[in-house]
Amino acid sequence: MAEPSTSASISVEINGEVYEREVDARRLLVHFIRDDVELTGTHIGCDTGNCGACTIQLDGQAVKSCMLLAVQADGSKLRTVEDLANDDGPNPLKQSFSSHHALQCGYCTPGMLMSATALLEANPRPSEDEVRTAIQGNICRCTGYQNIVEAIVSVNA
Amino acid sequence: MLLREVEYARPGSVEEAVELLAGHEGARALAGGQTLVNVMKARAASPDVLVDLNRLEELREISVSGETLVLGAMATYTQIMGSSEVQVARPILCEVVARIADVQVRNRGTIGGNVCSSDPTNHLPPLLLALDASFTIRGSGGERTVPAADFFLGVYMTAVAEGELLLSVSVPAAGNAADGFAAVTIGREGTCIVSAAACLGDAGTRVAIGCVDAVPVLIEPDGTEPDAVRAAVGAAGLDPPSDVHGSAEYRRHLAEVCALRAVQQASERGR
Repeated sequence: MAEPSTSASISVEINGEVYEREVDARRLLVHFIRDDVELTGTHIGCDTGNCGACTIQLDGQAVKSCMLLAVQADGSKLRTVEDLANDDGPNPLKQSFSSHHALQCGYCTPGMLMSATALLEANPRPSEDEVRTAIQGNICRCTGYQNIVEAIVSVNA
Repeated sequence: MLLREVEYARPGSVEEAVELLAGHEGARALAGGQTLVNVMKARAASPDVLVDLNRLEELREISVSGETLVLGAMATYTQIMGSSEVQVARPILCEVVARIADVQVRNRGTIGGNVCSSDPTNHLPPLLLALDASFTIRGSGGERTVPAADFFLGVYMTAVAEGELLLSVSVPAAGNAADGFAAVTIGREGTCIVSAAACLGDAGTRVAIGCVDAVPVLIEPDGTEPDAVRAAVGAAGLDPPSDVHGSAEYRRHLAEVCALRAVQQASERGR
């Protein structure tokens, strides 16, 4: 991709599956995930990089997928909230969100879960302060955050 | 959001990146994208060609050469926060980048993007001016190094001209110097309303104040006593902008407050 072009053929691994698509250079990664690959668990909240509802992992790091172009993810490994699903019921983080009533409308939840997942993988027993720092880029307008923080602190406590 | 149509190129080397930037009208370097992609959404910037620097690993290097810390322009905030070289050579950098935005933005945002966007509310321009950093720029004519005092030229304007690329930022190792940083922000760690960075070193007291002009304002108080700092802020004759977050008068007040706090923090550390 050394020559400028308005579109490119990309190969992206999402949740262990490889997707090859032709995309416009101007396409945001979040639209690629939701509309091209049809993984609609990743939400679009503000579309200005503030709310964090579109948070995914790119090569192991939490990022906001509305602030990346799809072409930039070429050759990368992505994880979306769908990767937290399994056949045996909710994973411990999602179970903790449920038992702590850490969601109300649920719109921010996919982003919260992905930020929390990145935190817990690096730091399995975070303090309340560490949790608050980790989810600073995720806005929730229902809960007031308290239950979300408790849910994340409690996962491996 | 649908962006305006744009061309995209991903160079494999710095040489190729400079060729692309110099060879295409309306070309712009894409670093972390945490500012640029957003301003493209708002149509505040409409580059014709994006030159993506994210695969240029040589621009992510952080190293110490003699008494100088060299930060590659594509070093992310997260990388800087976790760098033992930075922690040893100039720990204030780790502290300040840890206050920028949030985890996701810090994972992508870069020191080069921060300084090249030259947004008056950014944390790093005043800090790097106080620390007397220098900036290495490459264009088709070769490389040059620009001191911080000549790097920030205006709102969104720096010494990096069209067709040029910022390669690295060099910061003197702290040695005997002590640094401080203070800001009043929107929310706990949001955008700065006013910021100030202080460096107490062999060359005296350097304080750079952000958000009060198009570029950070350097003042050099005669010592670290509060009265000396107040006098220097007063003598600077600041004429800050008014906006929804603060009037000019309030910013002038905060400039003194932040300068005092930054110098005090540095003094306490220097003891």
